[in-house]
Amino acid sequence: MSEVMVKKKNNTVNKASKREENSFGLQKEKANHIIEVNDLNLWYGSDQALYEVNMDVPEKQVTAIIGPSGCGKSTFLKTLNRMVEMVPVVKTSGSIKYRDQEIFNRKYKQEYLRTKVGMVFQKPNPFPKSVYDNVAYGPRIHGIKKKEILDQIVEKSLKGAAIWDELKDRLHENAYGLSGGQQQRVCIARALAVEPDVILMDEPTSALDPISTAKVEELVQELKEKYSIIIVTHNMQQAARISDKTAFFLNGELIEFADTDHLFQNPQDKRTEDYITGRFG
Amino acid sequence: MLGQKERHIKKRMEGRVIINRLMMVLFGVATAIGLIFLVLLFYRVLTQGIGYLNWDYLSNFPAPYPEEAGIYAGLIGSIMLMVIVAIFSVMVGVGSAIYLEEYAPKNRMTEFIRINIQNLAGVPSIVFGLLGLTFFVYLFSFGYTLIAGGLTMALLILPVIIVAAQEAVRSVPAEMKEASYGMGATKWQTISRVILPAAVPGILTGTIIALSRAIGETAPLIIVGAAAAIYTLPESLLAKYTVMPIQIYNWTSRPAEEWQFVAGAGIIVLLVVLLLMNSIAVWIRNKYQHRL
Ligand SMILES: Nc1ncnc2c1ncn2[C@@H]1O[C@H](COP(=O)(O)OP(=O)(O)O)[C@@H](O)[C@H]1O
Ligand SMILES: [Mg+2]
Repeated sequence: MSEVMVKKKNNTVNKASKREENSFGLQKEKANHIIEVNDLNLWYGSDQALYEVNMDVPEKQVTAIIGPSGCGKSTFLKTLNRMVEMVPVVKTSGSIKYRDQEIFNRKYKQEYLRTKVGMVFQKPNPFPKSVYDNVAYGPRIHGIKKKEILDQIVEKSLKGAAIWDELKDRLHENAYGLSGGQQQRVCIARALAVEPDVILMDEPTSALDPISTAKVEELVQELKEKYSIIIVTHNMQQAARISDKTAFFLNGELIEFADTDHLFQNPQDKRTEDYITGRFG
Repeated sequence: MLGQKERHIKKRMEGRVIINRLMMVLFGVATAIGLIFLVLLFYRVLTQGIGYLNWDYLSNFPAPYPEEAGIYAGLIGSIMLMVIVAIFSVMVGVGSAIYLEEYAPKNRMTEFIRINIQNLAGVPSIVFGLLGLTFFVYLFSFGYTLIAGGLTMALLILPVIIVAAQEAVRSVPAEMKEASYGMGATKWQTISRVILPAAVPGILTGTIIALSRAIGETAPLIIVGAAAAIYTLPESLLAKYTVMPIQIYNWTSRPAEEWQFVAGAGIIVLLVVLLLMNSIAVWIRNKYQHRL
């Protein structure tokens, strides 16, 4: 029953976004969906964590994922770059296309996918190395050795993460000595250094103080000029502030996916309404 | 009803308190016994051996007279043996640990192997001696040589090193690995750039502790033919060799009392080497502990 509803809803969403595109005069109807998820199911062993998820992620926009804890937000996010498969018992069905390429295809390289679909984690997780070596890690594993090029990438990435001015004189200090907020922005810089298309963020501010949170939120706004961002948050105000589209998950199902304003002001599903009005979760 | 129950609890309480005291005393005595014997041992070894301990003792080969005998051959032999043991056991041990932790499928077979490696760590050392005799001395025809002894001892401590390395690899935070994989790193890149560097202190500590056990082992080396006395240092892997515990054992089995003092001096040298190794292990552990 509910599955059918979700699909219907998605169809209406798709139509809506198509209309939008036309009014902006964009070429193809698919052109601005960087990731397309179709009928995605996921199991941890015999426990199903995602049910028939359908979702088209718009390019160069911020897509927020909200929902009560345990509803599958992180699982869904980690499926998009196949990090979820690090848990050995995970099984999936359905399809995810990144730029029209099926990522579950056997021949599709996980390593390639992850350079294109980068990730920032809930807890800042820098390596116990210098700021420089942290940011240079990605370029180095992809074979860049020349110091001048690495220098450029490090500077560009730290600037991109709005932390260059704070850290330009501390590049060779251990990243562990930084504050949580700085560590998280170094982690964002580290993700940018690989030059991804999409950045997945799993509650990137939940371990940060309000000031650092504001900085990261501001940064997300700047990043969407160049990147498509999918951000999990259990903070609805945050979703409302920074995202263009919002997806509401509940018990592994995608209940509603719509423009953020629309979803918060005029939710179509009773469960969405209950959640955003704080009746549960 | 309630009062009765309470009285009952109180009565039992007294009994429990007494038992608690009794246990405290018992365990205290047990600790004291251990300590007393340790102190006695140190006292005996020190008083007997210290008189013979001087530079000549450290730099002399075995000799027919106690005053001229020295531990040089054993000391250098032990060090050479440990270098061989360390090279082989660390290479194989760390390799196996990485395979078991990072590559092997998480199934029953892997679990079975894991448990049996732990069991191997408890097999008596003499059994490894027999294994070494069969394989290295006879089958590979190394004879009673340094390499045969080294490989035998490497096998002996291999299980301990694998377990220590597995623990070190396992304790690398998952977030660290995720960060690496999340940037498109391959498994090997993640292992070589993130996991191994973070696991090195743990592996080193485990290795040194395992080596400090091996350096005092006698039984397996007697079986694979370490010499009781040699008068030149081993010049190749295929040379005869001796080690400190065997020299000490040899001296203690002589009738004249002076030889007991020579042996005592040897024990002091062995203990100092052991203490040194353990200090290095503790130092490494403390140095890196607060890093992660
Ligand atoms: N590694 C795992 N193994 C087994 N079950 C898991 C694992 N990770 C998450 N789950 C289960 O999947 C469901 C969704 O979890 P998660 O995606 O972490 O939710 P959220 O991020 O929304 O809080 C939960 O029921 C959780 O127990
Ligand atoms: Mg989560």
